[in-house]
Amino acid sequence: MLSLLLNSNLGWVLLSTTTLGLAAGTIGCMAYWKRQNLMSDALSHAALPGVVLAFLLIGEKNLLFLIIGAACSALVGAFLIQWITSSSRISEDSAMGMVLAVFYGFGIMLLTIANRSAGGNQSGLDSFIYGQAASMVRSDVLTMMALALLVIFVIAIGFKEWKIFLFDQNFAKGIGLSLRGMNTIYTAVLVTTIVIGIQAVGVILMAAMLIIPAVSARYWSHSFKSMLILSSAFGGISGALGTLTSSWGSGWPTGPFIVVVAAGFFVISLVFGKEKGLLIQYIQLKIQQRQQQAKAVLKSEGVK
Amino acid sequence: MTYTAWIIVTAALVGLSCGLVGVFLILRKTAMMADAISHTVLLGIVIAFLVTREVSGSAMLVGGILAGLVTAFLVQWLHSLRVQHDASMGIVFTTLFAIGVILISTSVGNAHLDVQHALMGEITFIPFHTITLPVIGQIPQATALLMIVFLVVLFFIIAFYKEWKITSFDPTLAASLGIPVMVMHYLFMSLVSVTTVASFDSVGAIMVVAMLITPAASAYLWTDKLAVMLVLSGFFGVISAVAGFYVAAWIDTSISGSMAFATGIVFLVSFIGSPKHGLLSKYIRPGVHGRIVWRVKR
Repeated sequence: MLSLLLNSNLGWVLLSTTTLGLAAGTIGCMAYWKRQNLMSDALSHAALPGVVLAFLLIGEKNLLFLIIGAACSALVGAFLIQWITSSSRISEDSAMGMVLAVFYGFGIMLLTIANRSAGGNQSGLDSFIYGQAASMVRSDVLTMMALALLVIFVIAIGFKEWKIFLFDQNFAKGIGLSLRGMNTIYTAVLVTTIVIGIQAVGVILMAAMLIIPAVSARYWSHSFKSMLILSSAFGGISGALGTLTSSWGSGWPTGPFIVVVAAGFFVISLVFGKEKGLLIQYIQLKIQQRQQQAKAVLKSEGVK
Repeated sequence: MTYTAWIIVTAALVGLSCGLVGVFLILRKTAMMADAISHTVLLGIVIAFLVTREVSGSAMLVGGILAGLVTAFLVQWLHSLRVQHDASMGIVFTTLFAIGVILISTSVGNAHLDVQHALMGEITFIPFHTITLPVIGQIPQATALLMIVFLVVLFFIIAFYKEWKITSFDPTLAASLGIPVMVMHYLFMSLVSVTTVASFDSVGAIMVVAMLITPAASAYLWTDKLAVMLVLSGFFGVISAVAGFYVAAWIDTSISGSMAFATGIVFLVSFIGSPKHGLLSKYIRPGVHGRIVWRVKR
């Protein structure tokens, strides 16, 4: 069974979406604490024109170059959001919405041109919109996995620094941690995760890979470390299960299935979560009411 | 009317309605809610299609409005459970959108709906589906729908002008004056959904976000008066829609994409050149705005 999986393309794809899920869950956890959940949505949409431009420039579908293109245009998007917010009266969410939609529109313009050009239609660039993990070849998978592992490595190696950076910026400054440097690395890691995910999950749903596992993990732990681990576990499992499900039908997009599996984990966490899950809260409420009633009964009996 | 004329009228109507609704999205600081609703409207339309088994304007409208309201409600509910507001938005819309895409790609399959169409819009097909109205005569179905939606949006904005103004700028004051803030919120979310559904056919799910947010954000840089902002935003919307169409026809590319791109250009021009809040004005007339003096001194 295992050898069958490893030999077939599905095995490789499965491995890559799982790694991607792990990386996305980890960095998503950090985005959650930076309160930048929707930033990932804006950046993933903003990556589209870069993908198509890179394709138009090179003329072939080489994932590494497409990823570099995507990263450049996502970074331009991030810079624009920052610039518009800081130098005008436009609020951050308006700036994000604009960058998201205008970049995406520009991407679609270019995509239409690319699809019209020779060989463009077979390039499978459309798969960048909803994600088609099955269309990945082995070299794509290796590129993706290498980058995803790099992301996980960067977070793991500086775990203590990340924690201080996220939770106590003053302290971080105090011990001589460069906030600007940390911010740059954070943005780089975030953008890397987003751009390696868009082939498998698609530009539209990539944000979900970062947001949903992190929020789900929040319901199980108060400690940052275990939240990080849980979040990446949720991401990895969603990636694997979603890919498996989508491989049942021919031409089924991978992204939506991964997202739905992740959402399933979220609902389970929301209801049964150890920390502030709905069920736990309800039971605690009932116990409290019972105790209050018992006290009231005792009191009234005592008065008699 | 000719084929091209209908397309331009339709595009202009999209720009106009979206521009008007967008103003309040910007002022209420709920711009990303437009993004969320525009995605989930897809699910509403798919379900309406699965239930009625036909592509009809009214069923899609109802489905879209319901989906929009469900989104607004779920986001509010998750937020009340202490999930960060933008995280709850991110969870709700991506999940509902994913379900929509799955439904399309598995069960509806090769029927009239396809993901491509829903996401990109296909304004070039609009003049082919016509209906006959009593006074106007033959008119494309989507254009008629957009006209009705535009009138509805206009009616609600004018009828509750004062209420919108107060709830947008000072919700606390509005509540203390006895204006039902939550009802207004959901009414507004319905308006956003209606506009989105009507624009769906022409510009698709994501470009409608550009039409909703960008013209209004541009107008926000030109004026401090709500009425002027509404007029300007509608005007910018129409300009971008028409310009986008001609650019697309010129270099032969996606019309909706180029409309979205045109809104971006309008914003860029406003961002740099607006006499009131643009970048240039800050350097040319320092001292008019407090923080600019500091900027120049630095």
